[in-house]
Amino acid sequence: MTTQVAVDIDGRRVTIPAGTTALDAADAAGVRIPTLCHHPDLRDVGSCRLCMVEVEGQAGLQAACTYPVTADLRLRTDSPRVVDARRGVLELLMGEHPDRCPECVRTGECELQALATEYGVGPAPARVSRPLQLVDLLGPAVTVDLDACIGCLRCVRTCAELQDLGILGVVGRGSSTAVSTYLGLPLAEVSCIACGQCINRCPTGALRPVDRTAELFAALADPTKHVVIQTAPAPRAAIGEEFGFEPGTPLTWQLNTALRRLGFDRVFDTSFAADLTVIEEGAELLVRLYENLVLGSSTHPLPLLTSCSPGWVTDLEHRDPDHLAHLSSCRSPQQMFGSLIKTWYAQQEGRDPADIVSVSLMPCTAKKFEATRPELTHDGRPDVDMALTTRELAAMMRARGIGLADVPASDFDDPFGTASGSGVIFGVTGGVMESALRTVIELVTGRPAEDYFSHADITPVRGFEGVRSIEVTLDRVGPVPPILAHLLPNLEWLRGTTLRCAVAHGTANAHAVMEDLRAGGRFSTYHFIEVMACPGGCLGGGGQPVPTSATVRAARARSIYAEDARYGQTGRARKSHENPAVLRLYRDLLTDGPGGPTSHRLLHTTYTGRGTYVGATR
Amino acid sequence: MLTPPVADLALVADLDALLAEHGADRSALLPVLAGLRRRHGEISDAAMQLVAARLGIPPVEVLGVVTFYSFLRGGSARHVVRVCRTLACELAGAPDVWARLEREVGAPAGEATSDGAVVVERVHCIGRCDHAPALLVDDRALDDVTPADAAALVASLRGEARPT
Repeated sequence: MTTQVAVDIDGRRVTIPAGTTALDAADAAGVRIPTLCHHPDLRDVGSCRLCMVEVEGQAGLQAACTYPVTADLRLRTDSPRVVDARRGVLELLMGEHPDRCPECVRTGECELQALATEYGVGPAPARVSRPLQLVDLLGPAVTVDLDACIGCLRCVRTCAELQDLGILGVVGRGSSTAVSTYLGLPLAEVSCIACGQCINRCPTGALRPVDRTAELFAALADPTKHVVIQTAPAPRAAIGEEFGFEPGTPLTWQLNTALRRLGFDRVFDTSFAADLTVIEEGAELLVRLYENLVLGSSTHPLPLLTSCSPGWVTDLEHRDPDHLAHLSSCRSPQQMFGSLIKTWYAQQEGRDPADIVSVSLMPCTAKKFEATRPELTHDGRPDVDMALTTRELAAMMRARGIGLADVPASDFDDPFGTASGSGVIFGVTGGVMESALRTVIELVTGRPAEDYFSHADITPVRGFEGVRSIEVTLDRVGPVPPILAHLLPNLEWLRGTTLRCAVAHGTANAHAVMEDLRAGGRFSTYHFIEVMACPGGCLGGGGQPVPTSATVRAARARSIYAEDARYGQTGRARKSHENPAVLRLYRDLLTDGPGGPTSHRLLHTTYTGRGTYVGATR
Repeated sequence: MLTPPVADLALVADLDALLAEHGADRSALLPVLAGLRRRHGEISDAAMQLVAARLGIPPVEVLGVVTFYSFLRGGSARHVVRVCRTLACELAGAPDVWARLEREVGAPAGEATSDGAVVVERVHCIGRCDHAPALLVDDRALDDVTPADAAALVASLRGEARPT
């Protein structure tokens, strides 16, 4: 049993397990200690020295975040000496910080700005304000303003430890120490996957997404442009945080109204395309199972890896190009939708695709990169013109005085209107797996998923464990459903098969799974693995509101699962293959069925092996 | 992870030998880099990426270590002469030694001689204060140096091969 120790913090007493840091002890006692380099998702390094406290019996101040309490102890966090030391740290930081808060993307949400305000520390009087110089303007998704960097190294720890990527590092020594990429190369030239987790954990505006909102405002004001937006489920569960709502407040329907007020001509639901993904990817899984288990062909090997997360796709292209054949050929929901908007929708509406501006609201910075992929274009035009992050949309709304409180609800626009609950849970880690299993179980067994999982809630794949597994035994098979009739002769060969599936979120967990797979470990015997690049899945994406923490992500997940459950209660479809708009699309457009030539042209894609070697020509 | 395409076969052979000696994990980084610096002079882009790939760590981490330690930096000259510029050596006459070295080498600090034989660098304390002024010639300390010693040193280094 862990020894308990008693800590007295500014006169408040608390008993905690020995080894708890002074910072956590203070938190348990309800005493707030200001921090900058500390982040709840990251290992503490004690570099900013803002959390210094007086420890009884010690001459110098100690950094609370890295001071483990091992015996009964008295701490002071509010003495004049401590407050002076904190102000000193803030004065040094602000002395080097650019004097341009009003034009900074992070203003109002900047941790340094908030603390400087709290302690009454302004920018240094002699500080010469330089114009904003973004390094790496070539990066399609993430850019860096090194002037605003305070050297807390939260980005470096995020990149190296949380995500196991190691794109950002610390270079140089002493006063010339700086956060840098390898040789200072643009992010576009190193194996950055644009997950944006560094942006989410930057306390200032030093890391930021590539911002194209000015261009979007211009398009919205242009009467010759038909501007449509698709909204992904994760931003809808989080954007409230930008407007003072508690984390986990679902605002899907209010957001629809707000987007129309902002000037969008049509508002679509990315979850519709998620449903389409379930059908296409479910069919792909069954075909791969047939090829591998019955025909003995491993051209399209198992396990099938999901391809919805563009950060993950890029990561695999860089780190593991030999395993690209495992990746589902399905485009991500954003890109399936983008493709349909610039082709079928344009045709239905009688519009020139050149006049359509196709925007997406995403939780994700990697979606910005994905939208620029040359293979995801039609006639030289991108299928998705602009991928907007949750934070960027919130800033646009604030700039136009549009909020979300007291905004009436409204539905999505036709012809894509309805999505199912399955499409909604794509926003959380495990959601793609749960949606796919609901559909695959029903298509194969001919029985409702509810017969296998209560309320069709596949709870083993829910939660935030880094890697989660589930086995589903197909104890019976039905006749081949019409939607699969062109792909499979029968389903008898699946009778009694146990599907082995796994879910991984965060690239560090994905790397562990891939290492096991390469070594011929248990994951090499699996059939289907969902991977999301970001911790928590899309709801923890690099474009989501700050701050982020396990608590915030759990609240967003609850909101998304609640929306799925509500679909069931209000008579909307909860399973992708029951989505009437999706079925209509297979009747009217994708007439050769899932995985057919039309689907392949519009909804599937190819990948590029990139490797990790940087700049072979230099 | 793909192994970077490296044309320098001597580099690959030396790295293999260093990995065999020090192990092929992250903890071998510093001795491996020191070994490469000794045998090849400047640690090149290709060398850093190759080391990263072999040790299974990101290239930027290798760069971080190379740029942190001044002994891992420097040009590709066969010999490095480091002149201490800290107080004890300064007081004991390092500036005269420094001036003479610069004249003999015929190149400013950090720049190699035209024949690629010698580079002179000014460094922080090398821990020989009791024998100031002191130099570090490659891995060897030279104590109580006079300007005349410095001239003789440069002349002899021009004729010597790279230390191994």
